[in-house]
Amino acid sequence: MYEHDVIVVGAGGAGLRAAIAANEAGADTAIVSKLHPVRSHTGAAEGGINAALREGDDWELHAYDTMKGSDYLGDAPAVETLAQDAPDETIQLEHWGMPFSREDDGRVSQRPFGGLSFPRTTYAGAETGHHLLHVMYEQVVKRGIQVYDEWYVMNLATSDEADPNDRECHGVVAYDVQSGNIEGFKANNGVVLATGGPGQAFDHTTNAVSCTGDGHAMAYRAGAPLEDMEFIQFHPTSLPSTGVLISEGVRGEGGILYNNDGERFMFEYGYANNDGELASRDVVARAELTEVNEGRGVDDEYVHLDMRHLGEERIIDRLENILHLAEDFEGVDGLVEPMPVKPGQHYAMGGIDVDENGQTCINGLYAAGECACVSVHGGNRLGGNALPELIVFGKRAGRHAAGETLGEPEIETGYGDDVEDETDADLPVQPGATGLETSGDVAADGGVTASVDSLERAVERERERVERLMEKDSGIQHAEIRSRLQNAMTDYVNVFRTEEGIKKALRIIRDCREQYQDVYVDDPSRTFNTDLQQTYETRNLIDVAETIALGALVRNEFRGAHWRQENQVRDDENWLKHTLISWDGGEPNIFYRPVILEGEEKTYEPKVRSY
Amino acid sequence: MSTQQQEPETQEPETQEAPEDPEMKGAESPQQRRLDEKQERMVDERSESEAEAEGETVHIKVFRYDPEVEGKQEPRFDDFYVPFEKGMTVLDAVMYARDEFDSSLTFRHSCRQAVCGSDAFFVNGRQQLGCKTQISELEQPVRIEPLPHQEVVKDLVVDMDHFYDQMHAVEPYFQQEDLPEGELEEQRQSRENRENVKMSTRCIWCGACMSSCNVAAGDNQYLGPAAINKAYRFAMDEREDEEIKEHRLRLLEQEHGVWRCQTQFSCTEVCPKDIPLTEHIQELKREAVKKNLKFW
Repeated sequence: MYEHDVIVVGAGGAGLRAAIAANEAGADTAIVSKLHPVRSHTGAAEGGINAALREGDDWELHAYDTMKGSDYLGDAPAVETLAQDAPDETIQLEHWGMPFSREDDGRVSQRPFGGLSFPRTTYAGAETGHHLLHVMYEQVVKRGIQVYDEWYVMNLATSDEADPNDRECHGVVAYDVQSGNIEGFKANNGVVLATGGPGQAFDHTTNAVSCTGDGHAMAYRAGAPLEDMEFIQFHPTSLPSTGVLISEGVRGEGGILYNNDGERFMFEYGYANNDGELASRDVVARAELTEVNEGRGVDDEYVHLDMRHLGEERIIDRLENILHLAEDFEGVDGLVEPMPVKPGQHYAMGGIDVDENGQTCINGLYAAGECACVSVHGGNRLGGNALPELIVFGKRAGRHAAGETLGEPEIETGYGDDVEDETDADLPVQPGATGLETSGDVAADGGVTASVDSLERAVERERERVERLMEKDSGIQHAEIRSRLQNAMTDYVNVFRTEEGIKKALRIIRDCREQYQDVYVDDPSRTFNTDLQQTYETRNLIDVAETIALGALVRNEFRGAHWRQENQVRDDENWLKHTLISWDGGEPNIFYRPVILEGEEKTYEPKVRSY
Repeated sequence: MSTQQQEPETQEPETQEAPEDPEMKGAESPQQRRLDEKQERMVDERSESEAEAEGETVHIKVFRYDPEVEGKQEPRFDDFYVPFEKGMTVLDAVMYARDEFDSSLTFRHSCRQAVCGSDAFFVNGRQQLGCKTQISELEQPVRIEPLPHQEVVKDLVVDMDHFYDQMHAVEPYFQQEDLPEGELEEQRQSRENRENVKMSTRCIWCGACMSSCNVAAGDNQYLGPAAINKAYRFAMDEREDEEIKEHRLRLLEQEHGVWRCQTQFSCTEVCPKDIPLTEHIQELKREAVKKNLKFW
């Protein structure tokens, strides 16, 4: 058994920032990650970091833009914290040596991004995430923070009180990928989940193969609700064949979208008469698919993004990485021809229900970054707002987990008096656990609260689970289930959603879950058994996909990135509230919590969202 | 040696159905007619292209080794025949082989877009990122092996610990202590200086350079091109003071540092990020000489 004060799970931007903060607060901190830190998917972020650094800009404008972009589903205390803390945290990165792009006077450059009223996206070429990730890893090395890399966290060790709000997290169980050993990691103060997005629940995604929603699923099964999971961002400019991301920076610098008839459709068809290509991502993604659906797509599949008019010098200076991506992954030279692009799953606005300090309803369990929902992004995330979220809320979670006082949070978590139950959801199948898998994540057989006991039991459970999976020598393999799940989500829970489609998806997800009862691991080896690891990940993807589809089914309105055919308007009267889904021992419960629109000094009145 | 060739299994009926068009405007409208026609055309085209592609497979030979599994303890090559698709990369091919034929086939991979640096393999005798290498540009059968000069853990997975140790050995973090104190005050850096270090900051730690380097193969303590490039990234950054730069140059001048490089350019040739590694090493040699002259 290993023991530290703070255990951070995941080593992307949020995890590294949390670890640095916990270390600075004096806690013995360790990072446990299935990837070596520099392999994390934060490295693929291209665009930049929104921060009100310059004269003419201020945090209130940033907060306003973020709230509007969220379609009034962001919680004001979270949105304002992001906007207030982003400038200092961005400058902190500069002080750690981050190679930002520079102006003639030597100051860091900023550029316009979709949905922003001021060009406040601070960037390092079109590879901002790569630099942010490496700079923070450098700081982790400098501080000598212990990193257990290529250790896959399989589950959390929590106490098992009936009410999740009374539970406590004592640590994690992890699997050393290289040796196959399964060990407990005791966390004296807290566990911070920073496991990134669940993009692999979809077939066409900009996300890495590793983005499997592990943290989401573990927290969910331990009793922390997942919030606003239906809000999935589809990025308007991913390469059609691979899903590789083409940064919004291209449009920020002046790139133009054309349909097959050579029309600048964002204006010609009135999708965004003011901002055109720089409207919010959800608006542009829907516009592109509408063009394709109405027969004006190129090859009936995609549209063109043209940046040739920007000139070679400017492209090389600010967007060089885009040229490489278009060339390597689509065989297109962005200097001489337009690039084909279409919407691809990109980001999950929802996630583990946390407060401004990153804490879940389970004592000692934190989440930060894409896996968390605090909620900053509400119904739709603005480009350039993910990276500041990592550093602002990663730091807060790390500090709080280490025992620092950050003040009483205004945001509530978990099931409580302030929530409203969903009473008439018309579910096509029963979601949640199948009869066979109840052998519990939080066992209901009484009274284990001593932390060492609960950790040892959790380790034992995972060892048994692995034995079962390895000993079984026939059945179905995870790859088949995963691919079926991904296709169902991309076919039926995509940009345009219908009740009937979502129900189809839920039936397929149920089927996948039942198939999973018969899953086996073919690779008999204890050494680097990725077959076993992916089998675990697939189970997580099933849980996460189900919450996405459930949320999409009950929210019958059109808000932000979530569009429903049956009710194509934003329904503020009924839906100014977050969707929460809790696992409840295998019988998921759906409930709602009102959105907080009251900020420090003003209330954000929902307005018509036009760009 | 196993030779496996299987047809991919047919998909579930549910997922094969075309997703409904949610923008449906009623069956009678001209637009619907147009869409229906398009749909038919697409189905025709799809089956044509499938027919064309049918039978076109890629032959890959993949290195296999597992220290604890009988039959894999002696390294061997397995043959896989993977259906070819336009744009298919080496990574796509090994993923297909794993998902459809042999789930024990093991390799690192994550981002699929040449930024995580996980999937450097030795493909047809050259260090390359699997995700960035088009199958169509390679001679068949495509031989896919783990990176040479590193211990093989299993199949295509090599032990990266030594590589990470070397990266850490050059104090790979910004060391400027004297920072501007004003609120939101940043350090200034000229565009020219940022441009000078830009290429060096692109390193994704894939290890291709180290694996290609003859000197590193013969001298286990040699820092190697990636670590020296990491040091270059800081030594040439004007935001660090001159004395820190001198400290960095002293680290690099040691017996197993920059002077070991024999300018064979192998690292530069294989770098998937086109970092001019050899040039950077040469420049640091020059800087080291300049620094030493100053103290004479």
